[in-house]
Amino acid sequence: MPATAEEIVFSAEVITNMSTNQQLTEAIEHYLNGEMTGEELARFDEYRKNNAEVDSKIVEQKHFAGLLKQYRERLELENKLNAIHAEIDVHALVEEMTVHPSGIVRMWRNHHSKISVAASLLIFFGMATMFVAGYFTKKAGYEQLRDQITVVKHDQNKLKQQLNSIPKAGTAPKSHLVNPGNYRGTSFALSANGYLVTNYHVVSGKFDSLYVQDVAGNSYRAKLVYSEPLYDIAILKIKDASFESLPALPYSFKKTKGELADDVYSIGYSEGDSPVMDKGYISSVNGVKGDSVGYRVSIPVNPGSSGSPLINSSGNIIGVIAGRDSRTEGASYAIKSAYLFKAIKNIPLDSLKSKLTLNNKNTLAKLKPAQQVKKLQNYVFMVKVY
Amino acid sequence: MNNSVPTDSEVILGILNNSDTVLKKLYLAYFPMVLQLIINNSGTQDDAKDIYQEAIIVLYNKVKGGEFELSSKLKTFIYSVCRRLWLKRLTQMNRYGGDIRDFEQHAAVEEDMDLHSDRDIQFNKMASSLGLLGEPCKTIIEDFYIHDRSMQEICEKFGYTNADNAKTQKYKCLQRLKKLFFQQK
Repeated sequence: MPATAEEIVFSAEVITNMSTNQQLTEAIEHYLNGEMTGEELARFDEYRKNNAEVDSKIVEQKHFAGLLKQYRERLELENKLNAIHAEIDVHALVEEMTVHPSGIVRMWRNHHSKISVAASLLIFFGMATMFVAGYFTKKAGYEQLRDQITVVKHDQNKLKQQLNSIPKAGTAPKSHLVNPGNYRGTSFALSANGYLVTNYHVVSGKFDSLYVQDVAGNSYRAKLVYSEPLYDIAILKIKDASFESLPALPYSFKKTKGELADDVYSIGYSEGDSPVMDKGYISSVNGVKGDSVGYRVSIPVNPGSSGSPLINSSGNIIGVIAGRDSRTEGASYAIKSAYLFKAIKNIPLDSLKSKLTLNNKNTLAKLKPAQQVKKLQNYVFMVKVY
Repeated sequence: MNNSVPTDSEVILGILNNSDTVLKKLYLAYFPMVLQLIINNSGTQDDAKDIYQEAIIVLYNKVKGGEFELSSKLKTFIYSVCRRLWLKRLTQMNRYGGDIRDFEQHAAVEEDMDLHSDRDIQFNKMASSLGLLGEPCKTIIEDFYIHDRSMQEICEKFGYTNADNAKTQKYKCLQRLKKLFFQQK
């Protein structure tokens, strides 16, 4: 039996027990559901107006009823939607949609951002590795031929020195051990008054002093006069009291280009203190990767050969040996003599204490190769960089 | 399968009048679009169903709330809501790679999404409160408030000696449910 509003109003002053609370809640439900009519409704409205506590209860009940209603509606809607969904042949729709793109296209579509990131990282690290490995500074496979005197040897000497000094601590070491130099290369005379040419890379590092040694084993102190990194050329000058000028140069310098298949030979210090002569021919009129500064020469060269003269059969200097391809057998590279001229022309005048004139008189032309070499070797020096 | 697409105003009137036919038409009309969106953005057909139904619920609440203005096409609205819902789901699953492949134009639906997520919270709170309520309270409340059973039916079903006992029980249950609901954060 629903409690009437009248009953509630009568007991309103004594709302303390649960049963009246229950009755009140029921009445509120009736009220909210619009089940009250006429006089009953009017009385309840009046009762609500005069009683703040009842009013707040009504508001709360209304709110909660609203939530319940929402919950109920959503459940109903979900049921309806599920029923409709059950009628759809989703599988057929999916087939229809996904047949077209092939797997790889779909993979690209779904993951293209990830793939892009991976690819750019790959490129970045690739470039970084190439940079670190010196790909951009050297040329791939191009090996410069200065001879690095093994660090081990050097360190061993140091150790020896240290060992020697231990027992007689406080006294200076007695003798200087002969230091073979940090780098070695070859150079040859440009003029009788002591100008020499070698590769820039032989003397490019930091060094304390430069010495050149002739075929007889005499060492002379030398000075770097000028360097031309672009053509890998460096000009040295012997500055030593014991140095007297060389006899007149027997060879001349060729300004024009050598031809393909021209026979050439070279003399350099790639093997200890005696010069090494090797024969070959011009295998390409361009150098590393078509670089027009150099020739490609089919000639055996080794570390220490850097700066060796490249001489044609008539005794003219046509180039300066500079490097080789570490991956191709017999592919050596030499700088064309034309660039030696350019480098010499670029030397600032104030760097030249004495005149540098290139010899253009060739006295070798009529000699046999063996005789040419015999004369030539006196003008080829070992470069020692300390 | 009836593929005829209902007009936007037909759908709105249908929702307001609780028309099941219109609901079905609406559902069938736009499901393929949403299925395509979800499947091509690393979802499954079940994901598509969930997302699409949630979007229809959003649409229903918006229309029933009397605030559906046809500022954008119904199709665009549904698409945009599904798109937002799916982005949210992908983010929750940590599978969102930073972009989504779109098939349709989409409009801003942030306000609707906020409203919806509030309602969603209330719905889940109510569901878990009912779950915590225990028997027979859960059934009594559901029968009375959700399935529209009369007190007399409930009285008979649970074998109460008279309707007043059933009412007292229902009252107690409702109080418990309220308590559970408002206690939840």
